[in-house]
Amino acid sequence: MPASRSDFYAVEDLLSVEERAVRDTVRRFVDDEFLPLVRQHFTDATFPTELTPRIAELGCFGPTVPTEYGGAGLNSVAYGVMTQELERGDSGLRSFASVQSSLVMYPILTFGSEAQKRHWLPRMARGEAIGCFGLTEPDFGSNPGGMITRAKRVDGGFVLNGTKRWITNGSIADCAVVWAKLREDESDPKSEVIRGFIVEKERAGFSRPLMHGKWSLRASITSELILEDCFIPEENLMPGTGGLKSPLMCLTQARYGIAWGAIGAAIACYESALDYAKSRVVFARPIGGYQLVQAKLVDMLSEITKAQLLCWRLGRLKDAGEMRPEQVSLAKMNNVSQALRIARVARDILGANGITDDYPIIRHMLNLETVNTYEGTEDVHRLTLGRDITGLNAFE
Amino acid sequence: MKILVPIKRVPDPQTNISVKGDGTGIVTDNVKFVINPFCEIALEEALRIKEQQGGAEVVLVSIGQKVAQEQLRTGLAMGADRAILVLSDDELDAATTAALLAKLVDQEKPELVLAGKQAIDDDANQTGQILASMLDWPQATFASKVEFSGDKKDVTVTREVDGGLETVAFTLPGVITTDLRLNEPRYASLPGIMKARKKELKEIPLAELGVDAKPRVKTHKVSPPPKRAAGRKVETVQELVNLLHTEAKLI
Repeated sequence: MPASRSDFYAVEDLLSVEERAVRDTVRRFVDDEFLPLVRQHFTDATFPTELTPRIAELGCFGPTVPTEYGGAGLNSVAYGVMTQELERGDSGLRSFASVQSSLVMYPILTFGSEAQKRHWLPRMARGEAIGCFGLTEPDFGSNPGGMITRAKRVDGGFVLNGTKRWITNGSIADCAVVWAKLREDESDPKSEVIRGFIVEKERAGFSRPLMHGKWSLRASITSELILEDCFIPEENLMPGTGGLKSPLMCLTQARYGIAWGAIGAAIACYESALDYAKSRVVFARPIGGYQLVQAKLVDMLSEITKAQLLCWRLGRLKDAGEMRPEQVSLAKMNNVSQALRIARVARDILGANGITDDYPIIRHMLNLETVNTYEGTEDVHRLTLGRDITGLNAFE
Repeated sequence: MKILVPIKRVPDPQTNISVKGDGTGIVTDNVKFVINPFCEIALEEALRIKEQQGGAEVVLVSIGQKVAQEQLRTGLAMGADRAILVLSDDELDAATTAALLAKLVDQEKPELVLAGKQAIDDDANQTGQILASMLDWPQATFASKVEFSGDKKDVTVTREVDGGLETVAFTLPGVITTDLRLNEPRYASLPGIMKARKKELKEIPLAELGVDAKPRVKTHKVSPPPKRAAGRKVETVQELVNLLHTEAKLI
């Protein structure tokens, strides 16, 4: 029973009753409560924080977290359809939920102490605490292992110094998961390991200035995190973290959600362009009746269909515990770059109308420029895959 | 208090419906099915009563094919406690539906049946009324407001009637059917969806209820509304006035 014109291969039938129900709930929320607000927030470069309690109430923060820590215990496919529907609304909305779920709650659940889990996870699920993830630095994006941020062991804890940039939710977050290099033995540079720390917003020496001037992901908060001799106690170290692998594991989770999310943005653009093509008359005929426009629409739907099947399979592999990070790279790389292409072509079909905010397309198109870059650029994923299939490392 | 809420699986009112070529019904391929919106309002009201009163139990019932499980699961995810599905492959008329519900009322002994005023597929608007008369219970239809007395034994219902509002009251047990403006139903939350998996969904074959399900009403033909003819452009105002006078005979 495929329900939608953007589900050409009836991928819906591959979903369980619960997975479909999750999609329906999030779809209704986005249609009824988010879309009426997004235009103004995108214009004003603000995030609709007034929706945070609703997003929490629906269970969109850490839905895969076990119920004992306040999550819903959802599987990965249900999480995927959730991010797809959120991003059909806006990449900023999906980013808000992705960061909280995959980049903050996931590391606390995976690497955190029992006390950290009990303290933060239920609050975060209820939306009473918002988190952010500090890995990227001004000079270290695609090469996070080169980070400059340092943690130094002192009496009773650690002192952190460094700057993180491009941090979603930074200025509105109650705490940050910050990644820094720590020498187990201060005199031995070889003992340096990347560790994860929880830094509460109130800590002295911690500031979170808002970044301005973005023409993409405008309905999303992006900030710097500045740590200047910021002391945090011993118990804020996430004990399970050790090495670059730890933050990369978080990114695999987030990229998985992005691969699904991109489908949502693509569907929004495709459906908008399809409606327009059927009603806009040029030379006495709807433009959808011309071969060039039909070819574009068919190409969009083909790519959406492939992306849906890719994500469905990826999700089933993830739930079976068989997913490899390189498979996530392929899905993220492909789905976001195709969504971006679809958005640009959709914009073209709408002609001049495509550049206005009367339609969602230009907003998605601008957002997808960010999505194609963050969480591993399209090219970095390509090189990750190149290394995987050839055994030769192009990064070195 | 125990509240029985019948819900019906119907085509999503947002989808475009087309009629089968032979006029025997509507095309159901590629159609999304949902809980009938009026039933959803009834369920929401039952959940609010449960939340206000504490200790109430909300039992869902649907009658139809096995696929109606999906709508019952949605209702359980919204917060109902358990569900019963009476399995039937046949189209049932309102009187049969009411007779089956009356049987379930005998078994479940609810104090209140909260139902939608009508289903958006056949628009019959009969089941609640027939059920009340079969049970010899009081009924309040088209409810836009439901209020209980302090001892929870009496209920006052505001009804939407032509040209205004009517207030009626009865002592439980009884039947209430809901109108559009009673409430705005909640969405099933993600944790609610997961909890619903573990809730009881009992299936009963229709034959087990011992109700004569032979239809008294038969659908003879379904046809789409007539297509609107294309309009016509006229050159002058005078021409328009003439046509309104001579052809349309409106002036």
